[in-house]
Amino acid sequence: MTSTQHFPNANFFRAKILDLSQRVSALHIGGAFSCIDIIHALYFNVLRAEDKFIMSKGHSAIAQYVILNHLGLLTDQDIINYATCNGRLSVHPVLGTPGIVASTGSLGHGMAIAAGLSYARSKLRKSDARVYVLLSDGELQEGSTWEAIMVASNLCLDQLVIIIDHNGYQSFGKTSDTHPKFYPMIEKFESFGCHTIRINGHNEKETIKSLTSPSEDGKPVVIIADTVKGKGVSFMENQPVWHYRSPNKQEYDLAISEILSEQL
Amino acid sequence: MRNAISEALYECAVNDEKICVVAADISPAGSMELLRKSAPERFINTGVAEQAMIGLAAGLALAGYRPFCYTIAAFSLFRPLEMIRVDLCFQDLPVTVVGMGAGIVYSTLGPTHHTTEDITIAKAIPNFRILCPCDPLETRELTKWLALEAKGPTYLRIGKAGEATLTENAAEKLTVGKIRYIVKKDSRVAIISYGPILATAIQLAELLHANDGINSSVISCHTLSPLDENGLCEMLKAHDCVVCIEEAIKYGGLGDSLKILAYERNYNTEIYSYALPRSFIREYGGYDQLLDIHHLSVDKIYSSLRDALQNI
Repeated sequence: MTSTQHFPNANFFRAKILDLSQRVSALHIGGAFSCIDIIHALYFNVLRAEDKFIMSKGHSAIAQYVILNHLGLLTDQDIINYATCNGRLSVHPVLGTPGIVASTGSLGHGMAIAAGLSYARSKLRKSDARVYVLLSDGELQEGSTWEAIMVASNLCLDQLVIIIDHNGYQSFGKTSDTHPKFYPMIEKFESFGCHTIRINGHNEKETIKSLTSPSEDGKPVVIIADTVKGKGVSFMENQPVWHYRSPNKQEYDLAISEILSEQL
Repeated sequence: MRNAISEALYECAVNDEKICVVAADISPAGSMELLRKSAPERFINTGVAEQAMIGLAAGLALAGYRPFCYTIAAFSLFRPLEMIRVDLCFQDLPVTVVGMGAGIVYSTLGPTHHTTEDITIAKAIPNFRILCPCDPLETRELTKWLALEAKGPTYLRIGKAGEATLTENAAEKLTVGKIRYIVKKDSRVAIISYGPILATAIQLAELLHANDGINSSVISCHTLSPLDENGLCEMLKAHDCVVCIEEAIKYGGLGDSLKILAYERNYNTEIYSYALPRSFIREYGGYDQLLDIHHLSVDKIYSSLRDALQNI
């Protein structure tokens, strides 16, 4: 697998998001920072032309937009005009936007759409294309997600890769406190017939290895990526308030210095 | 009607590999046996999982397929409504949601299986076409159009089995988006309906003719959304009296739309609207019995109309 030396690392994109945070308030920065390493690995190391990626946790689409911008699918002007009347980028991704495969934003939708897309490509068209879908851990509280996981297993969608951004926090607080029976996770996926892998979602090598690892016995692959909400900015990490809010100028300066010092 | 869909889909699917069916555990009798046998990979059964049915169909449509989601109407529309709204309608995908056994066809099964407010709900969703064929022939024709030509998502509302053929000698051909005269008379009365209860409209026309010497035209409004406003306005202008019969709640239905059109355009047409009440139906008899209890049998409609029509 190639190294990341030919393209900026994930912190470069975290900094881009922080820059944007000074213009718009609806960034969902915590969840964007927890999954941006995964999205970075997907776009720069994993996705082939025939593969598809669905951002089921649509509220973190900014993490995808800044990378699509780097890849030339979105313009600088698109990013500048993010979430404004002058632009075309909603906080949540919308079909028709370059690089966006499905409209998401309401949680619990992406999993079934990804299963349908994977069935079409792997079982009907018989191609070796893979479909990747990134779910938030909170999204696992949606019954529709589990309906779709069961269907994906029954249809033996072994070219479907389901990534869970397991940052352990949701709007209301820490999931292990608010919904203790949310755990265990691995056993749930295994019992639904998935091949389950657990990784550190901020470790590039582990992430790339898991994203490219083959399935077992016709099972969908589930990657539980342990992540930190707000990763990279000390005062944002694991603080529920950063689920949604944008930093003020002082917080921005501090955050950007942390991100850039890590980038070096 | 379900046989008509099954046969039409099979005929289309043989020549077009983009057509597929996503069913949610509908009984084998209604389950597209011909298509299942000839192209098993294009018949997907999600099980009792209607939200997955819609999402899966959206994914198939994003890959270029033209899926038909298929189960009992109460479960194909109400249960996964947000998936229909976001996955199908917001993304404007060519997916047909078939609502089988709509209205009060499942009479004895109670309100969980009735679908009386579906049209009102479906009409409110942007991009969502609503088609309600009145007989197996219209079902067949609309299914083929949906399979081969339609753009965007559609709710195809049908009955179940054993519906009479009503349109064999129809005065006009079926055109999606246009009202269709099944019986066209030089008359002052028009009776408009959609779905299998259009049989009652035809019976009513026959009764009015036989008993009172009143001629009436009978119209199938198979496309409920988008409504053929021009066609409806012409109908309102051309008749002194329009009778609307619906196997659905009155609120937000075709009768209401006619009254709004007439008001907005200053037509003086008398409009008589017969529909189901906006309440859960707690009588558990047969289909015809429930229609009669709720004043939708031909006899009840006739006696309610008779005096009024003497004066027009």
